[in-house]
Amino acid sequence: MRKILIIGATSAIAQETAKLFAQEQDALFLVGRDAEKLEAVAADLKVRGAHKVAYSCLDLNEVQQHQAVLDEAYKSLDGLDTVLIAYGSLDDQKACEQDSAKAEQALRTNFLSVVSLLTPIANRLERQRYGCIAVISSVAGDRGRQSNYVYGAAKGGLSLFLQGLRNRLQSANVCVLTIKPGFVDTPMTANLKKGALWAKPQTVARGIFRAISRRRNVVYLPWFWWLIMLIIRLIPEPIFKRMKL
Amino acid sequence: MQSTYQSWGSFPKVSQRIRPIRWGKKPISLPEPSDTVLPHGLGRSYGDVCLNDGGILLTTRSINRFIEFDIDEGVLRCEAGVSLAEILELCVPQGWFLPVTPGTQFVTIGGAIANDVHGKNHHCAGTFGRHVLQFELLRSDGERLLCTPTSNEQYYAATIGGLGLTGLITWAEIKLKRIHHRAMQAESIQFSELDEFFELSQQSDQYYDYTVAWIDCNSQALGRGIFFRGNHVAPDEIPNDWNLPRLNRLPPLLRTMPINLPGFVLNRWTISTFNSLYYKKQRQKIVSKLVDYEPFFYPLDAILEWKQLYGKNGFLQYQFVIPDNDHRMIKEILQTIGASGLGSFLAVLKTFGELASPGMLSFPRPGVTLALDFPIKGAVTFELLERLDEKVREVGGAVYPCKDARLSARHFQAYYPQWTEFAQYVDPRFSSSLWRRVT
Repeated sequence: MRKILIIGATSAIAQETAKLFAQEQDALFLVGRDAEKLEAVAADLKVRGAHKVAYSCLDLNEVQQHQAVLDEAYKSLDGLDTVLIAYGSLDDQKACEQDSAKAEQALRTNFLSVVSLLTPIANRLERQRYGCIAVISSVAGDRGRQSNYVYGAAKGGLSLFLQGLRNRLQSANVCVLTIKPGFVDTPMTANLKKGALWAKPQTVARGIFRAISRRRNVVYLPWFWWLIMLIIRLIPEPIFKRMKL
Repeated sequence: MQSTYQSWGSFPKVSQRIRPIRWGKKPISLPEPSDTVLPHGLGRSYGDVCLNDGGILLTTRSINRFIEFDIDEGVLRCEAGVSLAEILELCVPQGWFLPVTPGTQFVTIGGAIANDVHGKNHHCAGTFGRHVLQFELLRSDGERLLCTPTSNEQYYAATIGGLGLTGLITWAEIKLKRIHHRAMQAESIQFSELDEFFELSQQSDQYYDYTVAWIDCNSQALGRGIFFRGNHVAPDEIPNDWNLPRLNRLPPLLRTMPINLPGFVLNRWTISTFNSLYYKKQRQKIVSKLVDYEPFFYPLDAILEWKQLYGKNGFLQYQFVIPDNDHRMIKEILQTIGASGLGSFLAVLKTFGELASPGMLSFPRPGVTLALDFPIKGAVTFELLERLDEKVREVGGAVYPCKDARLSARHFQAYYPQWTEFAQYVDPRFSSSLWRRVT
């Protein structure tokens, strides 16, 4: 039985991943913003076999509350061995271009607040010398593109942060997993047009579950995004800057 | 969001917008005052009962959470978008099974209630609605009605078999059935004529929980077929070693049937050849064996997108029930279908029992029911079905709205004279393509 903390637990990808943990009879602590939603998710996971499910309500932008909610999670789970951070907001790029306050908010939610959580979590796992930190970043962080570079910058910063953290925690036997999903059909992307590259949250969840079990470093989900992003990264900048991506 | 949502028969083609329902406890955000909405689960209804041309579909697949499972009593409460497959996956290892299941597990519990589905055990368990203990109905004005046989009982009755028109079911609670193992004791018996079917049916209904027959609607040997009957294994029959294949695991490409077959592939000759082979595959008169519940209940689920067998024009499924006091009419209908040469493979025949459904507008009634597919071959197909509607009406039968895409208002209202009473409980903002056609 693992002791798992899921932050952003009502997101579609987190819910699907949590179902897989529940089937393994893991103990879960959920953090999210909306109590009604958390209650529905917690009841579901309990029925699906989770050893224990507790939850706490928090707007994750309130970074001064982070330590308290982490303490609550450690207490409820009586320890901690796996953390999944699965929240984010896909802000309107055009709005962010017009209003720096919006851009700043996007960076806060998708990058700074995650750093605020990761710092105490990493210190704790480093001390106990075991565990796994899995964080959902995005393929958008692999290269800046005009269509979503504010979100991309936040996720790119996050990916870089995780890379460094992985390097630091290697000697403490703590695994740091960077998850880079491509297009996923979730409420966050409800207003976007869907095509052949879109994946279901269930598919991405299975990938996350596997990657955590195998203690991977970086995973693209579904896998073909690895190839797509490889090609996108290889395009020379003089050409890339003229492309409409 | 515009969508390409279709029903299982790929007919009719419609255009509608999608509003996903994500959380059962949140209110429905209603669109423009002139728009109508319709709940839509997995879209396995064949015709237009799950479509709302020009309107909005409230898709319920995201409300797919379990709420409570009483393992001792076998009472399960879950959100309306949970599929029967998900329920089975949870319950079978705990020794519980669906009280009633249709021929596919890929339907939501909300859809099962709204169509008051039936299965191979109708003769002893009745419809799905009989096993629904309670549910919550969310109306467009925001009111939430807790419906049970004793509270809001009118809405309870109207919503079971209510074709999704009375409001949005947000969650439901059902009573499951005890089983001892996932295996089934199954028997298949060849019969060469219809009278033999009725005899087998009568003998079997007493001793077997599940009975159904496949009959050949195309050959000269009209009325030949194979009778299937089975029970969940009893405690003393539990196999020690159970590693039999569950669903036939075809390679993924075959399983999903990625392309539509061109229309000419299914013609009179190929279909009757298939039917003959299917009949002759069974060498002995009676075959008895242990099988897993999945192939027993859901043989077609092994090929996920089997509808594409019928090509891009789609197909119509026709299911009716008529009283079986004399077998004259069922024979006459089978002859009409046989003579037309339009029917497809695998016509399914079953006798319904006497157990009444709580549903106001439910389809099943005592008698014999036949279901079969018709690839759409233009006007001839529609004319044939219109003729069959007439025959069904003549003897006081009914056609199943869940599978229908073309029934006339005149016939619908003759089959379901209670529709005017039902209409009082229809939510003013809810409508469907089918409902507008038949009222």
